[in-house]
Amino acid sequence: MRRWSPLLAVLIAAACVRPGGSVDRPEVLLATTTSFQDSGLLDVLAADFQKHTPYRLRATAVGTGAALAIGARGDADVLFVHAPTQELAYMQDGNGDRRVLVMHNDFVLVGPPSDPAHVRGKNVFDALRVIASAGAPFISRGDNSGTDIFEKNLWKQAAVSPTAPWYVEAATGMGQTLTVASEKRAYTLSDRGTFLARKRQVDLQIEVERDPPLINIYHVITVSPKKFPKVNVAGANAFADYLVSPETQGLIASFGVDKYGEPLFFPDAGKTDADVR
Amino acid sequence: MDLILQGLGEAISRILSFDPDVREATGAALLVSGTATLLSIVSGIPAGAWLGLNRFRGRDLVLSLVNTGMGLPPVVVGLFVAVLVWRSGPFGGLDWYCTRQAMVAAQYLLAAPTVVGLTAVAIQSVDPMLRLQLAALGATRRQTLGILVREARLPILTAAMAGFGAVISEIGASLMVGCNIKGDTRILTTAIALDTSKGEFGSAFALAFILLILVFAVNAVTTWAQQRRRPL
Repeated sequence: MRRWSPLLAVLIAAACVRPGGSVDRPEVLLATTTSFQDSGLLDVLAADFQKHTPYRLRATAVGTGAALAIGARGDADVLFVHAPTQELAYMQDGNGDRRVLVMHNDFVLVGPPSDPAHVRGKNVFDALRVIASAGAPFISRGDNSGTDIFEKNLWKQAAVSPTAPWYVEAATGMGQTLTVASEKRAYTLSDRGTFLARKRQVDLQIEVERDPPLINIYHVITVSPKKFPKVNVAGANAFADYLVSPETQGLIASFGVDKYGEPLFFPDAGKTDADVR
Repeated sequence: MDLILQGLGEAISRILSFDPDVREATGAALLVSGTATLLSIVSGIPAGAWLGLNRFRGRDLVLSLVNTGMGLPPVVVGLFVAVLVWRSGPFGGLDWYCTRQAMVAAQYLLAAPTVVGLTAVAIQSVDPMLRLQLAALGATRRQTLGILVREARLPILTAAMAGFGAVISEIGASLMVGCNIKGDTRILTTAIALDTSKGEFGSAFALAFILLILVFAVNAVTTWAQQRRRPL
């Protein structure tokens, strides 16, 4: 055992060492949505942020509902989320400091190419009503993510309450949900980015798109340092400022174009929610 | 079928070209699981040997707890460690959430009971006459322990390998406390899950292939140790 202790010491040191910066607290803790990670944009922006600032980003991708809950306990410095109504409630509870619009993309209603419920080309509310009255299978994320919250809101706005057996909760991420929908020949709601990324592997196509209620808006929120004194204020602000800087907005605009032939996200720094909708 | 062949082809080219993402995930997995296993060995073998040799009140309870620990569900460990290291938790001051340290801690909790439990069994199965003989020859407790551990070294190696095997292929706890950060806490298993949800099956296959090789290596060592100890 004694012979191993130098090796052990080296291993522990290697496991713990992280390149530090010149700031007091280089570690910035971000709680964010799975679509941000699944699209690949998180990895790109995290690497770029670390290259251009002295900070290191520790991001946990958990879904918007969970990210807001983490922020409400002060367990993160900054949030990147997409559920405006829940975000406003979060701010009203005094859990946030700054809330800044960063970008948007849109949701698409996808389904089997045969479109058994005949929803193609309808507006999203009519499409949902038709799916419900036909009892056509619909897969819901069911994981309290931003997409899940968004989808439940659409049903509410369409004045339909979806029920089993045709309405199924997959309780999983977007990519997996698309696979399930494809296997079950069901409809589902997806963000455009994840659908484009998975299009070749699933037997689904877009039925409803470019309808104003389907706009999906992402905000960055810095966690309130007044309520949670342990928060890394400088780091959180640095990340929020980074997201809305012209260079980052350019990165967001061009992300995915080489791979999918069209952008996945549209930069919105300086605009208001009303401008985007 | 196309998907599988295409994935396998991409997997092979990624492994042969030392793809940086594959390399990083493999390195991180080996480092985190290796550290957790070494810590389990350093603390678990003495603890297991001690448990195997001594008789005391409550020993059965301790052994039952250790055996329960061998089957701890990783997500449960992940949940506990996450709650402990969140800033609002009792160890929040360490600021370990989403770090390799937290992953090592979680994997240690998963591997240590296996090492302790199997070591205790290994020590107990050493010929009892040997202990008697050592006592007669006037060996100190420390010397006795040392000789017994040496005598049971192959079963103890099996214990260590079982610990490593349990954590290298674990995902629940590592994902929950490590957060799957690229180039840092992204290990083989969490990278496979992410690549699959992104639809990047080639990369997922490459990582899965490496993980299988590692698990095979662990089992090869274990088999060697088990077969060798059997008298002809």
